Amino acid sequence: MTPAIAAARSDAGPAVVFDNVYLGFDEGDILRGVSFSVPARETMVLLGETGTGKTLTLKLAAGLLKPTRGSVSVLGQEVSAMSERELLHLRERIGFVFQEGALFDSMTVGENVAYRLREEHVNEEEIEPRVNEALQFVELEHTADQLPSELSGGMRRRVSIARALINRPDIVLYDSPTAGLDPVTSQTIISLILRLRDVYGVTALLATQRVQDGFALANFSFDKETKHVVHINPAKAAKDGETAAATRFIVYKEGRIYFNGDPQELSSTKDPYLRRFLV
Amino acid sequence: MAGTPLQIERDTAPEPQLSVVDVLVDSLKRWVFSVQDYSLLSARSVRNLATSPRYFQDTLDQMDDIGVGSLPIVLISGFFIGAVMVLQTGSQFTRFGQAALTGDIVAIALVRELGPTLTGILVAGRCSSGIASELGSMLVTEQVDAMRAMGTDPSRKLVTPRVLATVLMLPLLTALNDFVGLLGGCVASVFSLRLGAVEFWTRAIKALDFADLMQGFTKPMVYGFILATVGCYKGLNVRGGTQGVGRATTQAVVLASVMIIAADLFLTKLALYLGDKLF
Repeated sequence: MTPAIAAARSDAGPAVVFDNVYLGFDEGDILRGVSFSVPARETMVLLGETGTGKTLTLKLAAGLLKPTRGSVSVLGQEVSAMSERELLHLRERIGFVFQEGALFDSMTVGENVAYRLREEHVNEEEIEPRVNEALQFVELEHTADQLPSELSGGMRRRVSIARALINRPDIVLYDSPTAGLDPVTSQTIISLILRLRDVYGVTALLATQRVQDGFALANFSFDKETKHVVHINPAKAAKDGETAAATRFIVYKEGRIYFNGDPQELSSTKDPYLRRFLV
Repeated sequence: MAGTPLQIERDTAPEPQLSVVDVLVDSLKRWVFSVQDYSLLSARSVRNLATSPRYFQDTLDQMDDIGVGSLPIVLISGFFIGAVMVLQTGSQFTRFGQAALTGDIVAIALVRELGPTLTGILVAGRCSSGIASELGSMLVTEQVDAMRAMGTDPSRKLVTPRVLATVLMLPLLTALNDFVGLLGGCVASVFSLRLGAVEFWTRAIKALDFADLMQGFTKPMVYGFILATVGCYKGLNVRGGTQGVGRATTQAVVLASVMIIAADLFLTKLALYLGDKLF
């Protein structure tokens, strides 16, 4: 067992640890020796071209896929060694926002958001207020009786976020939450992710092709008093004794981690490959 | 454009040439793996009945969809098949002056063979395709992954209710098909062969014994299991997006129909053997 895995097995350690992970299909390895860790309450932004393994990384973290080699630990448990039955329990602590929302199209928005609670046999009297609270969080409480097909793409992503946060997960995995959306809607989605991070303190893995999403998470925070998204002022935060939620970047290239660092390192890089993401 | 940021380096190694033997071995391996996966899914769908959680409401919904929804096609087809059987057999029996035997033959043929098999194939056409396309669409839109990510086992939530509902509903549909088939036969015999309705029904009922009914109601249970598991397997193994869903739908109907006809041979042999031994 590597030190990274040992650390992940206690709740005080990193929330997510990938240790030399390989994942391959018939056409060959997609992920080739990926190692990183995400401390609790931190946000890790996964950048990369299409097909470099960002979504697969998230699915590995949720235990939806098993690595062909290496190990994946989440919240102190090695998901790569767990049975599907054990994983079903662990996933109660993980929220997953899929790229297109992946809402159940035969259920209403309210039923989609309440799905997890009904699976856990929560009392019906308790479900309604919690669903309303989650939908209010994404400002879509008026859509509870609508079907997902009646919503726009951005609204579907917001419902997906509400569904992911309904049971207050410790970790939320976002798969390209702003892909294909207009800039205004993308900003709304990023604001929600910021609020979720700063209000509930969740650890996040965010796969995206838009570097500006990552920089927005790094440079802004949600002010709980004014209820506005504000620019992070490092000097003020240090003076108030607060630690801004850290954001780090990973850049994939051909299934390997090409870059792992903080936003300042990425923005000041001279590397031609990384500069392509900053254009 | 070499040297520009738009240039993407690709591995240009030539693909290895495969021989005919390699292709055949590869196809055989895939087929064996498919049979293994189908068998595992079928076994899991049964094993899920023994442990919780169980989805009673989903099972009732499927019974309504598969049972009540298939009623019109089963009844209409049954009526005409019964009538055609009488016309075909009656014309032959009339040549030997034995038109009265028509009721006997039609009853035996319908209850033992045509009723179960035709109902199985009709319901396979409607429900195997429906199940495959529904589950396939859920798979390609990541709804199945979303279900797993929220702690639900798709084999429990999606497969077992469909299999149980089909196994329970197909014998009932077959019984109705048999009855309506005899009704159609009666109408045809009265108007075409000039036989009395009372005579037709009396001979038809007297021709049947307990072994015929056992055979006639055991077969649909096996057919129901086949058509539901094939639909689920094809749906949950869709490859290639929406085009793949269409392909899986067609394959499900074809495979389920062929498997039902093939199973009929073995079930008939077994039923005749047991009929001789037990009754």
